[in-house]
Amino acid sequence: MLSITDKDWGTPARNSGQFATLEIDGKPVTVPVGTSILRAAALAGVNIPKLCATDSLEPFGSCRLCLVKIAGRGGYPASCTTPVAAGMKVRTQSDKLGELRRNVMELYISDHPLDCLTCPANGNCELQDMAGVVGLRHVRYGYSGRNHLDSPKDESNPYFVFDPSKCIVCSRCVRACEEVQGTFALTIQGRGFASVVSPGQHEPFIDSECVSCGACVQACPTATLMEKSIVEKGQAEHSVITTCGYCGVGCSFKAEMKGNEVARMVPNKDGQPNYGHSCVKGRFAWGYAAHPDRVVKPLIRERRSEPWRKVSWEEAINCAAAGLRRVREKYGKDSVGAITSSRCTNEETYLVQKLVRAAFGNNNVDTCARVCHSPTGYGLKTAFGTSAGTQDFASVLKADVIMVIGCNPTDGHPVFASMMKRRLREGAKLIVADPRAIDLVKSPHIEAASHLQLRPGTNVALVNAMAHVVVTEGLTDETFVAERCDTSAYRTWKEFIAKPHNSPEAVEEATGVAARAIRAAARLYATGGRAAIYYGLGVTEHSQGSTMVLAMANLAMATGNLGREGVGVNPLRGQNNVQGSCDVGSFPHELSGYRHISDPVLRAAFEQAWGVSLDPEPGLRIPNMFDAALDGSFKGLYIQGEDIAQSDPNTRHVVAALKAMEFIVIQDIFFNETSKYAHVFLPGSSFLEKNGTFTNSERRISRVRKAIPPLAGKEDWEVTVALSNALDYTMKYSHPSEIMDEIARLTPTFTGVSYEKLDRLGSVQWPCNEKAPRGTPVMHVGQFVRGKGNFTITEYIPTEERTSRRYPLILTTGRILTQYNVGTQTRRTSNVVWHREDRLEIHPHDAEQRGIRDGDRVEMSSRAGATTLRALVTERVQPGVVYTTFHHPESGANVVTTENSDWATNCPEYKVTAVQVMPVTRAARREEVRLYAAEASAAK
Amino acid sequence: MEIAHLVVMANQIAGFFEPLPDRDEAIKSVARHLRNFWDPRMRKQLAAYVIQGGDGGLKPLARDAVLMLHAETQSRSAP
Repeated sequence: MLSITDKDWGTPARNSGQFATLEIDGKPVTVPVGTSILRAAALAGVNIPKLCATDSLEPFGSCRLCLVKIAGRGGYPASCTTPVAAGMKVRTQSDKLGELRRNVMELYISDHPLDCLTCPANGNCELQDMAGVVGLRHVRYGYSGRNHLDSPKDESNPYFVFDPSKCIVCSRCVRACEEVQGTFALTIQGRGFASVVSPGQHEPFIDSECVSCGACVQACPTATLMEKSIVEKGQAEHSVITTCGYCGVGCSFKAEMKGNEVARMVPNKDGQPNYGHSCVKGRFAWGYAAHPDRVVKPLIRERRSEPWRKVSWEEAINCAAAGLRRVREKYGKDSVGAITSSRCTNEETYLVQKLVRAAFGNNNVDTCARVCHSPTGYGLKTAFGTSAGTQDFASVLKADVIMVIGCNPTDGHPVFASMMKRRLREGAKLIVADPRAIDLVKSPHIEAASHLQLRPGTNVALVNAMAHVVVTEGLTDETFVAERCDTSAYRTWKEFIAKPHNSPEAVEEATGVAARAIRAAARLYATGGRAAIYYGLGVTEHSQGSTMVLAMANLAMATGNLGREGVGVNPLRGQNNVQGSCDVGSFPHELSGYRHISDPVLRAAFEQAWGVSLDPEPGLRIPNMFDAALDGSFKGLYIQGEDIAQSDPNTRHVVAALKAMEFIVIQDIFFNETSKYAHVFLPGSSFLEKNGTFTNSERRISRVRKAIPPLAGKEDWEVTVALSNALDYTMKYSHPSEIMDEIARLTPTFTGVSYEKLDRLGSVQWPCNEKAPRGTPVMHVGQFVRGKGNFTITEYIPTEERTSRRYPLILTTGRILTQYNVGTQTRRTSNVVWHREDRLEIHPHDAEQRGIRDGDRVEMSSRAGATTLRALVTERVQPGVVYTTFHHPESGANVVTTENSDWATNCPEYKVTAVQVMPVTRAARREEVRLYAAEASAAK
Repeated sequence: MEIAHLVVMANQIAGFFEPLPDRDEAIKSVARHLRNFWDPRMRKQLAAYVIQGGDGGLKPLARDAVLMLHAETQSRSAP
């Protein structure tokens, strides 16, 4: 069911560029050619009854409720499937039309439970509304004939109920699954009276291919598909528009509320970038916000060995300030620092970096983007002049060739993946470069033209080889390069890339990809029309992550695939506010807007605004903080919303560093692995409990609005303000809008951003300033931000992490649809039914060699450590490569990952770890169980 | 900080800039990278290591860049 506040226009908007004027019930209306009469009528304020039509789906014409009379035409056509024509005169009401509609409704209601008063859809049911609109007063057929009223409910999905007894077989759910989500999990089974909606082959929803995105639930006009939360709580009474707190797509949602309780989250159909679509996380997995594990009282302790003590906010803040001050006085001003979180708002991260620079007096601030997309920041800034993706998400709908490399959009960025799949179904060609067979390689109505199943760690060799083909086969866009790029750098690069060692034949052995496949992919990318690259952490989390970003930028520039719709180089950010946390100055070397701290003019502007002197030298990055902690020069840390002990590589090293620090302040919504080493715990607020903004992967700044009061009494930005004031650096803000105003004053790409504008326009994409007051969907149009596009030599240098006889396999990692990062949030929701544990994917050949069967517990060891988890024997991975997710702390994926990192940014090389995998012996298993029991007992 | 780790990181940076055809430009690029992204304590420690004759596997390009940076620092702090 649509949100309680949504208006349904009946059929989708058309944008033909030509217009037609017609008359509906005597009212003139002008609409784009191709618009349905149903939609035109709605735009004219005339509501034609309807059931099978909804504006998120193509018209279907099955319910026959939206019939109209058109002057000069015979019969009563369905207004949803009949396009407008100039001069058309339409009547929507007459005795005959009323009779026809009542007849239709009569048939529907003759096979529908008459339980409106106790039905969960009561008050928000289209069938109920239509019965009223058409004036249905009795059903001539009675209710005792054949019917579906005893059809059993399917309650297998944790979040919604399927009650076929209420189904009118309008196919909206089936069409939503196809058109909106692109999964094709639902069908209409049977014919005539026996027609029923069926997940898969008459399976329960939980066993079907349903990905629980909620599109069917939203499309259903009755209570057939209904959120369990609404069944339990009843219809909401108001809604708050806000932004999802999960991935970097940044979907707009309506939090439908009953008082201060969330009744359901409904994707905002007027909101960008998702236009009313959602995934299982944003739509349903919000229950963690009210989970009993939430820490809602400030806690302190003198020593880590002591139990936590609940204290007032004032005492906790004073304790945090005193501890940080003590460390600073004892070890010097550079001995303290902070880590901001990409889960927090722009305003919160801005305040934390300001606290470090202004109150701590150094630049030791970094963000969790360090361990994911910092190479994107470096690479795209070097090539194009700014640290951000080049396109908006909608640009993919104009792409002719889509290259997906090092990302798994259907799992990591599902709402964008649905948009991409729509374009692929329309005929765009797909190149997937991934060591693993991700779902996109072959899924309903989609098959990749090319799957380059490369060995982990060889991205640069692969893309260099593609560029080699482009250059040596004369497929470059010389006009684009001559006009838009630094031609001297281009010549140098061209000479480099044409060298034989970059040819597909030369890299075939290293990459494991046949030269002819590389050549075919390169030709397709260069000549297939508008070509767009989408990438993720499979690109960045390598020792050559930055090199790879530069290599892709080279390829895109050389083929002219930049500066217009349908092309570009597009990072898919992992967390909701990776882009934003970087934008507002979370990196130790940059102030907001990616401007280096060493610039005296820039520093002077901030010094004047902040009333302090700023250190001109870059501070420590997160991995450097650990190293400095172990050498004794870094002793105090304030961490907002980040679990470095679980999410950062080589857990043993991280834990040693945390133990070496004298004072740690954590601000989070749950206890986590890192909080074991903290001295002060400041309770955080979830995205539902605060005001602010998030910036998604396409640079879109969207409002986060407070739907419920903070459980612990303070929004996160208020906590940082209090800490700063306790450290005698005064911050005065009464609302996050004032923080955004400050960011806008100090940041050229944000000067046009304000809460007033965001409320008015819904969202804006930076740069948003006097040159682009409504924002910038596509960047580098006409000219690159840096002036001329910069080609860089990108030599392939293999990682130092090598396989050996002892560690013969390569481990690479990724995410799964239903879980999010280290699982802090999603593990506290019913999403665990889909993913109760992390499994190690291993190829049948490698499994057989080791005597491993599917489901066996195995030990995975690397040069850094060892962990155990269960095996999943599958051909998704190639021989020699194993794969796991990292959503459960028990699997300890980061116990085995190493400290290797990107040469430019120190982004860890999570994606390449040499490991050995062996079955866990019974004795070892017994020992593991004993240790687990001992740990559990100690924890109690 | 562990000098071996700093050496590895500096060598990685040098590895990226090594293919530049102009060696002076390569040295400047490595030095610029260290200046822009490394905390001063890391730079100082590596410079001290090089000046004291430590070569522990440091690539010549990295060593030259470290020396260039050190000279810059010295000239800035000179009266």
